[in-house]
Amino acid sequence: MAAHRCGLSLVCILFFSSLAHPSRCDTLEKANDNTATKRSISEVNTDGSVAGEDMNERQWQSTDVEVNRSDGTKNSETFTPAPAKDQFQEELVIRPLHSGDIYASFQFRTLWDTDFLQEGQKKVSHYRLFPKSLGQVLSKFSVQELHISFTQGFWRTMQWGQPFIPSPPGAELWVWFHHTVSDVDGNWKELTNVLSGIFCASLNFIDMTNTVQPSASFKPLGLGNATDHRFLRYATLPREIVCTENLTPWKKLLPCGSKAGLAVLMKSEKLFHSSFHSQAVHIRPICQDEQCTSKAWELRQTLNVVFDHYTSGQGKKEWSLFKMFSRTLTEACPLASSSKVYVDITDNPEGELFELSPATPLLSQAVVLGDRRTYSVYDLTRAETFGQLRSFNLLLRWKGDSGDMLRPLLHAERYVAGFGLQTGEIHTVIYNNHPYRAFPVLLMDSVPWYLQLYIHTLTVTSKSRDNKPSYIHYQPAKDRHRPHLLEMLIQLPPHSMTEVTVQFERALLKWTEYTPDPNHGFYVGSSVISALVPSMVAMSTNFTQDQPLFSSFVPVKEESSYFVRVYTEPLLVNLPTPDFSMPYNVICLTCTVVAVGYGSFYNLLTRTFQVDEPSPPLAKRLANFIRRIRGVPLLA
Amino acid sequence: TDYNDLYCLFTLVQFTKAGQFFSSGHTNNWAVLVCTSRFWFNYRHVANTLSVYRSVKRLGIPDSHIVLMLADDMACNYRNPKPATVFSHKNMELNVYGDDVEVDYRGYEVTVENFLRVLTGRLPPSTPRSKRLLSDDRSNILIYLTGHGGNGFLKFQDSEEISNMELADAFEQMWQKRRYNELLFIIDTCQGASMYERFYSPNLMALASSQVGEDSLSHQPDLAIGVHLMDKYTFYLLEFLEEVHPASQANMNDLFKVCPQSQCVSTPGHRTDLFQRDPGSVLITDFFGSVRKVEITKDTINLTSPVEPPIQRSGSGDIQIESLTYVDQLPVAEIIHQKPKQKDWHPPDGFILGLWTLILLVFFQTYGIKHLKHIF
Repeated sequence: MAAHRCGLSLVCILFFSSLAHPSRCDTLEKANDNTATKRSISEVNTDGSVAGEDMNERQWQSTDVEVNRSDGTKNSETFTPAPAKDQFQEELVIRPLHSGDIYASFQFRTLWDTDFLQEGQKKVSHYRLFPKSLGQVLSKFSVQELHISFTQGFWRTMQWGQPFIPSPPGAELWVWFHHTVSDVDGNWKELTNVLSGIFCASLNFIDMTNTVQPSASFKPLGLGNATDHRFLRYATLPREIVCTENLTPWKKLLPCGSKAGLAVLMKSEKLFHSSFHSQAVHIRPICQDEQCTSKAWELRQTLNVVFDHYTSGQGKKEWSLFKMFSRTLTEACPLASSSKVYVDITDNPEGELFELSPATPLLSQAVVLGDRRTYSVYDLTRAETFGQLRSFNLLLRWKGDSGDMLRPLLHAERYVAGFGLQTGEIHTVIYNNHPYRAFPVLLMDSVPWYLQLYIHTLTVTSKSRDNKPSYIHYQPAKDRHRPHLLEMLIQLPPHSMTEVTVQFERALLKWTEYTPDPNHGFYVGSSVISALVPSMVAMSTNFTQDQPLFSSFVPVKEESSYFVRVYTEPLLVNLPTPDFSMPYNVICLTCTVVAVGYGSFYNLLTRTFQVDEPSPPLAKRLANFIRRIRGVPLLA
Repeated sequence: TDYNDLYCLFTLVQFTKAGQFFSSGHTNNWAVLVCTSRFWFNYRHVANTLSVYRSVKRLGIPDSHIVLMLADDMACNYRNPKPATVFSHKNMELNVYGDDVEVDYRGYEVTVENFLRVLTGRLPPSTPRSKRLLSDDRSNILIYLTGHGGNGFLKFQDSEEISNMELADAFEQMWQKRRYNELLFIIDTCQGASMYERFYSPNLMALASSQVGEDSLSHQPDLAIGVHLMDKYTFYLLEFLEEVHPASQANMNDLFKVCPQSQCVSTPGHRTDLFQRDPGSVLITDFFGSVRKVEITKDTINLTSPVEPPIQRSGSGDIQIESLTYVDQLPVAEIIHQKPKQKDWHPPDGFILGLWTLILLVFFQTYGIKHLKHIF
């Protein structure tokens, strides 16, 4: 009886959700219409910047009103329901690196108190700071968490340390779907297509052959109870190129666009002329306040770039905002509640290493990546930061020579060994540089099906002794259907090098499956190593609203270690490539052989020889003609 | 300049060409710009396409109405000495890539199949809007193709070809599905005129950079970048288009005169027999721009009262007691004791044993109990 009732209620829920679906599709179409017309209007308007500023002016006023009201209803004890409030923060962190390079990390965060996925509530249709295109994507596909990154270049951990937000080369997309989704694969396929349109990337190449479902890695970074890995999908496109066409729609998602605030610094000619460029979008539900009684949606857009001091810096160890970005800051984004620039001066306590100007009295300390770092803070919402020239240009001039960088505690490399085009071996080397602490790491490898792994040859050795992983999850590949997935939990002994090797055989693809440039090779995505690294300084587990953005990305559960993710290099593997001109050659050769062979045979059998008289000279021909008339026998 | 344009149009309406002004055939403009070549030495084909993209955007067609297909990435190519730039003039005078570019189909996505699907509209349902040509029967479409071609074909990505018959059939499909009002087809390849020989649908006008048997030549190399930057025909086409502005009255006859043989070495050709209007009366901006016909009104219009933002929190009085928590990123103990979830169904363990027992029992029942005595 209870089963029948459950069945009935389930049917009712399915019926209502199916009714709700078409309306969501419509709004998505209509929204695209609106954005199309909005964009077209702004294009026809030749003086586009004026229109944009007008809109900003109006919105700035409404922000004031919102803030006042939100202050009044903070405790939510009054029974007048508060409208959904959203806030926007932007920050730029500049970290000078020991080699003379400079690492700049932009983070833009929009926090919105609403719930896209809650059933029975009115559909969200009023968007202010949160971009509408992403909001509609989230509600249409019931996305709990979305992380997408586009990276050009490879992060060199040994030279640059750990990044604030790591990312692998190419494009990476991992999504946690809500537990109410029934067809995760269908939603995933449609989501990748929609995102490929939003970000102008070839994400539609993500399909079953390069999607995996990790069983232990990539736990949600936001709030969540159930972590059933059936709702997680992960895919990378290591060959994806990142260029201005990806940056343009990314900038358009920001509330101020690229017209005000820190985003004016994002000029593609400088950003792509760098050693490393990574732009990412992270959407997740987080705690709204310290008590964590309700959810808020957080959209983080991050852009990490490392400028090389030889190519961008012309060899001089001197950096300024103008040199890095060819722009200076003139104002904060009017829609931002906080807009700050942080410069890492931990290695420069007395000012002996480099000189920073303009000087600022504001200092801030933050524990990030297991270390306590000191930062000079420039608050762009205050007018005195911009000085008399109304333009803020940071200047860093190196005075002394910095020593060697502290070795990062966790570091990994990967390469292909072997020779020939039949077999090979993948070696992944993980270094634990901590002097006395051992810690576990979770290694996740996703290898395409055309590299057929021989798992019986998998060896994990640390300090030249066998190191048995405490957890192995292996899902073999299905040809043209599914890639290999290998996840292992390995305990790294202190101050050691662990090597994971596995042999593989290269498959021969069908001739239509080769790319137009097959001799370039085929890419294998980066391995992901997730670890809880022991930290040198106690990390704070409290969640405060005033924390700078770069230190509050990963939620901290315990004080003694911090969570870090390291990506290895992607591999470029040559597959045995057929000679595509062979069909043409074969046809030519066969036709020639047939023509010469059969033709000669036919001639031999059927050709007869006749003696041919040479044609007589003109006089004789004339004489023969007259004789024919006369009826007299002709001459010979 | 906008107000000048509007005033010009307004006076036109007022005095002479009122009828002609509102009787023009199209209401929206689309552009499909395709570069079909891969590899670094085909830099000039990407530069060709981007310069037409730039002109088309400048004259008013928005990104949502442009389908840009680039078969390879030149701007962020590792061989490019100035990343995120594509130059059309030597000495790096004009960066046609710019800072605001949206490429819809890139890299391996530029195939003959995708191109024909875009034209005919037969795309899979999950294709995003920016990748679709959503034209209707009042759309004027500009189609620009460039790459390596031959007599009757155009090479896509060094691995496949599109023939002139396929292209003509695709345009006929578009005509039958009422997907265009008028279509301008420009092709800049070797022997380009062969590509428009087979067209048979109405309202098509075609231009090519060279006749059958002639090669289209590239314009000038840049010694810093190391490759040829543009093709001659598109270079002079860009020069011509740079002088066109949204209110310009230049017509198609001027476009036919672009790049005569003295400049281009090859003879550009054009075909207008399928086009119903006289080319002299067709404005350049009918295809390259998106000139909106605006009607100015002096009456006031009452807008409805502003909408209140919808109430997001229902019943904010009741406070949730249980607090939500973040998930542990690397729960080692949980992972070690995690049982791998078997997605494929396996029969329960005792099943095989029971099955064999059943088989043996049936065997011995049919053949009698006396056989058991022989075994034991």
